[in-house]
Amino acid sequence: MTLDFPRHLLELEALTRAQIERLLALASRFKHDRAEARAGGPRARSELLRGRTVLTLFFESSTRTRSSFEVAARSLGADVLSFQKDASSVSKGESLEDTVRNLDAIGADALVLRHPAAGAPRLVARAVRSSVINAGDGFHEHPTQGLLDALSLRERWGSFEGKTVAIVGDIAHSRVARSNIHCLNKLGAKVRVGGPTTLIPQGIEQLGCTVSSSLRELLQGADAVMALRIQNERIADARLPGARDYARIWGLNERTLQLLPEGALVLHPGPVNRGVELSSDVMDGPRSLVMDQVDSGVAVRMAALALCLGAAP
Amino acid sequence: MIILDSGRVIDPASNLDGTRTVLIDEGRIVQVREQPASAAEKLVHTVYDCRGKWVLPGLVDLHVHLREPGEEGKETIATGAKAAVAGGVTTVVAMPNTKPVCDSASVARFVAGRGREAGLARVLPSGAITRGSNGAELADMAELKEAGCVCLTDDGRPVMSAGVMRRALEYARDLDLPVMVHAEDLSLSAGGAMNEGATATRLGLPGVPAAAEVAMVQRDLLLAEMTGARLHVAHVSAAGSVRAIREAKARGVRVTAEATPHHFTLTEEAVAKGAGGEPYDTHAKMSPPLRSEADRIAIVAALAEGIVDAIATDHAPHGPLDKQVEFVQAANGIIGLETSLALTLSLVRSGELPISRAVELLTSGPARCFGLPYGTLAKGAPADAVVVDAEREWKVDPQRFHSRSRNSPFAGWTLHGRVLMTFVSGKLVYAYEGSEK
Repeated sequence: MTLDFPRHLLELEALTRAQIERLLALASRFKHDRAEARAGGPRARSELLRGRTVLTLFFESSTRTRSSFEVAARSLGADVLSFQKDASSVSKGESLEDTVRNLDAIGADALVLRHPAAGAPRLVARAVRSSVINAGDGFHEHPTQGLLDALSLRERWGSFEGKTVAIVGDIAHSRVARSNIHCLNKLGAKVRVGGPTTLIPQGIEQLGCTVSSSLRELLQGADAVMALRIQNERIADARLPGARDYARIWGLNERTLQLLPEGALVLHPGPVNRGVELSSDVMDGPRSLVMDQVDSGVAVRMAALALCLGAAP
Repeated sequence: MIILDSGRVIDPASNLDGTRTVLIDEGRIVQVREQPASAAEKLVHTVYDCRGKWVLPGLVDLHVHLREPGEEGKETIATGAKAAVAGGVTTVVAMPNTKPVCDSASVARFVAGRGREAGLARVLPSGAITRGSNGAELADMAELKEAGCVCLTDDGRPVMSAGVMRRALEYARDLDLPVMVHAEDLSLSAGGAMNEGATATRLGLPGVPAAAEVAMVQRDLLLAEMTGARLHVAHVSAAGSVRAIREAKARGVRVTAEATPHHFTLTEEAVAKGAGGEPYDTHAKMSPPLRSEADRIAIVAALAEGIVDAIATDHAPHGPLDKQVEFVQAANGIIGLETSLALTLSLVRSGELPISRAVELLTSGPARCFGLPYGTLAKGAPADAVVVDAEREWKVDPQRFHSRSRNSPFAGWTLHGRVLMTFVSGKLVYAYEGSEK
């Protein structure tokens, strides 16, 4: 008896705890298999998605998320097609709906979409026959990022009950923060967010988190802290005076990490601005899960593809 | 002669709500009397039996985008005027943000002329405040007035320079032309797609704070007070604007205001839960954006209290290419001419607005804002009248709209109150046929 899993993965807000746990369990298996293969074990290519076509469609530049999806799809035996904004007819003024209808007609089974407009994956899901997997839409959600963070944490913690995760940085412009808030809440953890007021969006508490006004308050008693990337645009649009000024108050380094209980973990969705969100010693230190997150990413994307395409073992 | 026999005549401007018979001749109201049409009159004149129906002054809508010239694919003056009379609206003020902008007598005369040719609703042009609505140089206001413009506005493109706005108000005051403002501080609203708040945060959409409107309303009230000009605040959406206008009116500032049916009916939640419960409903995207429930309640109170003087639709036709796109890229606005009466009557049915006040907000209220001689059934007035079946239930089906566009968030809603007949200057210009089209 398998639990129902939706055909599209658009947002974690819409998933149930059981669905998330099912995906994480499968991802955990994939991650384990990958580790064994790396250690010289059997490198049997999975055939779960043999004959299926996965199309990645990125309207924003991204190296790691796109390669992660492509590696995930290939390691399940799928054929992969990549589509970049620049190489497409999008620049010729074709509407998103028309673009994806055309690609759908080529015959993709799954469309992995990254788009700068919040809600774009829904628009696409309504227009196509294939499964749609959201690889990040505007400031809305980045479901596989939320799931990969959960996978890395779950492996350390076993259970999320009683755990508190602190998210620090640009919450306003972060789809990672929103997906994490939904995911962690569903799994039973508590979430706090913190950062300069200019980067804390109105009403964020209503998503299921508290807002801390200082790094001390944010880190006090937290079991993990997730730092978000600070973009240069935030300086241009007068939300931050500069990266250095941000780091002075909100940066995680050896000194500020003392505010965090011993054994607490450090995450970052990447790419990291060393010396801004994380100092090098923190990023490369023993508490950092940053590289493990990348590894979890491939496994989570394999699980997402398998489940959405109804091919999970 | 035309006789509207024994309907419930509601004419707030004459303080009248009772069973009356309305006599119309040569385009004007000749008499409103208690006595029903006689047998003899029925033989000689055109008599419409209005028993059990409401007879209202024709509706006046101060804020309508007719898109002609320039965007005839969305609406033309003729299709917009047809939509108007189907909604009981007999006078519309056409916004000047056409292509080209109505900043010269030639465009104003073209708009008025097209309206006359259509021969449906009365189409009154409005002129731009600044040349090409560029926010910098004043448009030829005297020329615009001479060409029939009833107000000046850079609707949709707020005059950001307080200095230019001040001079515009001064110059307009000399001409006794009201200046309508779309109050929005563009530096506060920049990039925003919906009301700032928890819903926008959840959907990951950039927000427009209420302060973007309130700050501009405050600025323009100050400038209106300083210059003595007539200010009309368009589509009030925020509780803070209501407070500012209330206070300014108490101080004697010459200000009037309008609110739209969507702002007193819907909230930002409509973005999250559109038709079929789907989020990112672009039919809930407008400027100013749909606000919070507290704002909506403040608007309803302002309508009842007289702080807001008029209901106006901000009828904004857009095609599917403008709306079936990513939310942040979708065009702002919805059409409203064919639903404004019924949506206003919902406030009457829910007990939030007395009937006479509701009718006033649709008729004499807006007429007074711009000093127009319409919106009343008083003896001698132009015979603009609508006969309404107030109890008639109907389902909003944009496919049946007379407007050329279909962008309504009210599709599928069941509303009460159907326009049966519309008269403009004594001429029957619309008659409901049960299932038209």
